[in-house]
Amino acid sequence: MVTCMRKRIAFVLFAAVSAAATGMLAQTASKNSSAIPIVGQPATPAEIKQEDITVLPNGRGLPDGSGTPDQGEAIYKDQCAGCHGDNGQGKPPTGVTLVGGIGTLATSKPVKTIGSYWPYAISVWDYIHRSMPYTEPGTLSADETYAVTAFLLFKNGIIPRDEAMNKDTLPKVRMPNRDGFIADTRPDVHDTSAATKAK
Amino acid sequence: MKNKLKKNAQPDSESGAYTRRKFIAAAGAATTVAAMAPTLLADDVPSELGAPMRPYGERSPYEKSVRISNSPLKTTGASLSPLQDLNGTITPSALHYERHHSGVPAIDPEKHQLLVHGLVDRPLIFSIADLKRLPSVSRTHFLECAGNSTGEHLGQLGATPQLAAGLLSCSEWTGVSVTTLFKEVGVKPQAKWVLAEGADAARLARSVPMAKMMDDAMVAYSQNGEAVRPEQGYPLRLILPGWEGNINIKWLHRMELIDQPAMTRDEAAFYTDLLPSGKARQFGVMMEAKSIVTRPSGGQHLPAPGFYEITGVAWSGRATVKAVEVSTDGGISWKLATLQQPVLKHSVVRFRMPWTWDGSPATIGSRCIDESGYVQPTSRELVEVRGLAAYHHHNGIKWWNLQANGDLHA
Repeated sequence: MVTCMRKRIAFVLFAAVSAAATGMLAQTASKNSSAIPIVGQPATPAEIKQEDITVLPNGRGLPDGSGTPDQGEAIYKDQCAGCHGDNGQGKPPTGVTLVGGIGTLATSKPVKTIGSYWPYAISVWDYIHRSMPYTEPGTLSADETYAVTAFLLFKNGIIPRDEAMNKDTLPKVRMPNRDGFIADTRPDVHDTSAATKAK
Repeated sequence: MKNKLKKNAQPDSESGAYTRRKFIAAAGAATTVAAMAPTLLADDVPSELGAPMRPYGERSPYEKSVRISNSPLKTTGASLSPLQDLNGTITPSALHYERHHSGVPAIDPEKHQLLVHGLVDRPLIFSIADLKRLPSVSRTHFLECAGNSTGEHLGQLGATPQLAAGLLSCSEWTGVSVTTLFKEVGVKPQAKWVLAEGADAARLARSVPMAKMMDDAMVAYSQNGEAVRPEQGYPLRLILPGWEGNINIKWLHRMELIDQPAMTRDEAAFYTDLLPSGKARQFGVMMEAKSIVTRPSGGQHLPAPGFYEITGVAWSGRATVKAVEVSTDGGISWKLATLQQPVLKHSVVRFRMPWTWDGSPATIGSRCIDESGYVQPTSRELVEVRGLAAYHHHNGIKWWNLQANGDLHA
């Protein structure tokens, strides 16, 4: 994934941009002789596209493609169930639980899953896309990733079995724990030791 | 705070005093009691030549201290640094703790590049050679895994400093200030966050607030004078001083300036702290003041009453360490330890306190106080506020129980 950035496609364009950058540098240098030169090479749109897999909560960055829970079930059984169980129940200690736990967060036995805990559906898509399957990350197609995401959302009771996930529908899915998070409130524990009380 | 330290923490107070006379008396007593005086070896100088020079040094074969890991998978998990065997403040690179999510990638530095793009004027690609042309900075900073000391709050007490807090290490990092890189690309005003991404199999990614990037962030190509170790992100690692290890992205290959956090799995869900209310704290990435006594500590044995130095490490991601207090009576009284100088911000600080053990049971621990006035709490105080489900960012006081027979246990 790193080496591909070395490929200098559109070399002529690149050289032109580079010359422009050099001109800019000369301008800067004439103003201030201690200015730091631009040492990086301009990144072309094609190079950026090749590397940029970022997905934002508003859906920006999601690719074309589509998948339904039914389509995802077969892919899940083949690619995911080995570690996470046939129904997303998990296989401790290595395969975390993906399904269930909704309503348990404020109890003494909270079960944190995609369904009960994760605030954004796009995070599910993004994590599968960037990091899963564990031993072969990045091998699922966009359609397959949408389908597995849809299957997991269905198993958690968040979308119906016939609802396709794509770049338009996925960001609109409202996760049960969407409002379950707060900002950093620390310091939340204050010194109550005997020595401090004595001061 | 100042008054408190003066009142309760006198390094010259009776039990902690360390005078030459007392030391001689204690040493004499130990010699008499245990006949521990070493016999001078007659044949300690060899009559043959020693080993030749070698291109890359190794430690003495007699030194056996290693990282240990209890992770069921070896490519996802953690290995812990042997804190009880270390001195000073720097962790030898080979003993720096590890935490990987999809193993350690094998990266050719000639082929590695850093793409900086998004809300910038000029998206740029930097090779490692490019980065080394830019003005460099060196700073000493600790790294601590958010999950360090997990289990302590449940009463699952780590038996040694390594097991209790070994996901902590400290290195001198050298690289380029992120502000320098951002001047290169030109930051657009809409940029509020930066997604940093590693070139590991997980493409581990975290969103970092722009304010932190502009404050003290750096991209490091060097650790303790040589190249960053593969386990620590070779050839390039993002260093965010004082913040949880996970967000210090290893194998850094892409930074995208964005207008909102990307809500990756690690920031949206995994490295959050679920509180008793059912709400969870998100982006609570700063590592609060913490310390641990590394000697005497669990798993060690004191052969006889007498003089021992109490020493350990302290650190804080909120502010510079101001003081470390040591207790030998389970927190009833505290005494000020001496801090090794210089005390550097967001670095491990070594503390030391002379102590004479009278042979009776003792409960030894330390607490760190930083310049913000924050005092390291007990594990119980943490649990009272955060409950048992919040298992990240645990910074409770660690106690070692010294028994009359000299054994030490957690």
